[in-house]
Amino acid sequence: MFASFLLVLREVMEAALVVTIVMAATRKVQRRELYIGAGILLGILGALLIAGFTSVISNAFGGAGQEIFNAFVLFTAVVLLAWHVVWMSSHGRELTAELKSVGHDVTIGTKPLSALAIIVAAAVLREGSEIVLFMQGLLSGSNDQNTLFIGAILGLAGGIIFGALLYFGMLRIPLGRLFSATNGLLIAIAAGMAAKAANYLIAANIIPEWQPRLWDSSAFLSDDSFAGSTLSALLGYTATPSGMQIIFFAFTLLGILSMAHFVKQHAATAKI
Amino acid sequence: MRCAFFFILLNLMVTFPVMAADVAPAMEKSAPAASAVLENTKVPEAIGTSDGEYTLIIKDHQFAPARLEVPADKAIKLTVKNMDTSAEEFESHDLKREKVIQGNSEAQINIGPLKAGEYKFVGEFHEDSAHGVIVAK
Repeated sequence: MFASFLLVLREVMEAALVVTIVMAATRKVQRRELYIGAGILLGILGALLIAGFTSVISNAFGGAGQEIFNAFVLFTAVVLLAWHVVWMSSHGRELTAELKSVGHDVTIGTKPLSALAIIVAAAVLREGSEIVLFMQGLLSGSNDQNTLFIGAILGLAGGIIFGALLYFGMLRIPLGRLFSATNGLLIAIAAGMAAKAANYLIAANIIPEWQPRLWDSSAFLSDDSFAGSTLSALLGYTATPSGMQIIFFAFTLLGILSMAHFVKQHAATAKI
Repeated sequence: MRCAFFFILLNLMVTFPVMAADVAPAMEKSAPAASAVLENTKVPEAIGTSDGEYTLIIKDHQFAPARLEVPADKAIKLTVKNMDTSAEEFESHDLKREKVIQGNSEAQINIGPLKAGEYKFVGEFHEDSAHGVIVAK
């Protein structure tokens, strides 16, 4: 039971991190619970589907199917996150101005919300498919199915509590700061996803590593430590990144930042 | 004008790292149907087949061999054969690789070139029993 509890807890926490930050980044947006909830449901459905199709996916692309599929899901999330960040940058000033005068949530349109739903779905899908496969395996082998289920439910509850605590902790931060802080976090998450996707492409022999271990920061923050694995789930941290991963990370970071900056300037000059 | 700039920047962001690099040959070998092959395979001490190709076997939620020696600075193709009925996830932070292998199936994982050293790996679904190390010399 402990094994199923631990694994489900870990995977749910990894998904909960992304979902919580998306939730916090959009707390001023109406009806976002609907979209994020839809994203979670989509992710769960997708995870069940993927678990059923694992062998088909694995054997595709000459055995590199899993890596390519993961890279594709991650790159899609990067593009959507970038779009969301840039969109929020251009409308951020209106939002804070309106909020200060009116005092409650405003509807800013639903276009960026669908992007959020997909990002959330992607995060839930990745972790969810691992959980489903793990549980399938446990259930087929063990006689003690009840305790396995209890362990898994406890793990799920633990992960959700973690997400809720994180969310309400983030809510204590004043709105303006939270907005820019979570925006920055979303950009960092996107950059980390790009680095993870790069690693999958490297594993599929599609792009080279260049420098396999640009540095080794295990002494500073180990991959196996709690902080290290949290950072890995959130930002794609690895103690021994390859040159190509750093390039993808930097490109994505700078790319989204400059796009957001230009769009903000454009929006400002357009108002004059 | 600015729109064009954004579009170009987005394109560069995505395609430049791929274009500028030499594209390594993609994996060609497909995983064959495994059950017939696996039935008669005994669990060996260490398997180093041909040039740069190695095999790990998962049985009873353990890796065999638990310690695999490979040459350093060389691209390695690792075939992981899961002889258990349940899925296992090969995961290694040191190697930066993770892959789910269905029960009674096998999968291929590209590794390296590895600098000399030890690289730990685990079976994430059964971490207490499934773990090992790849030693590059």
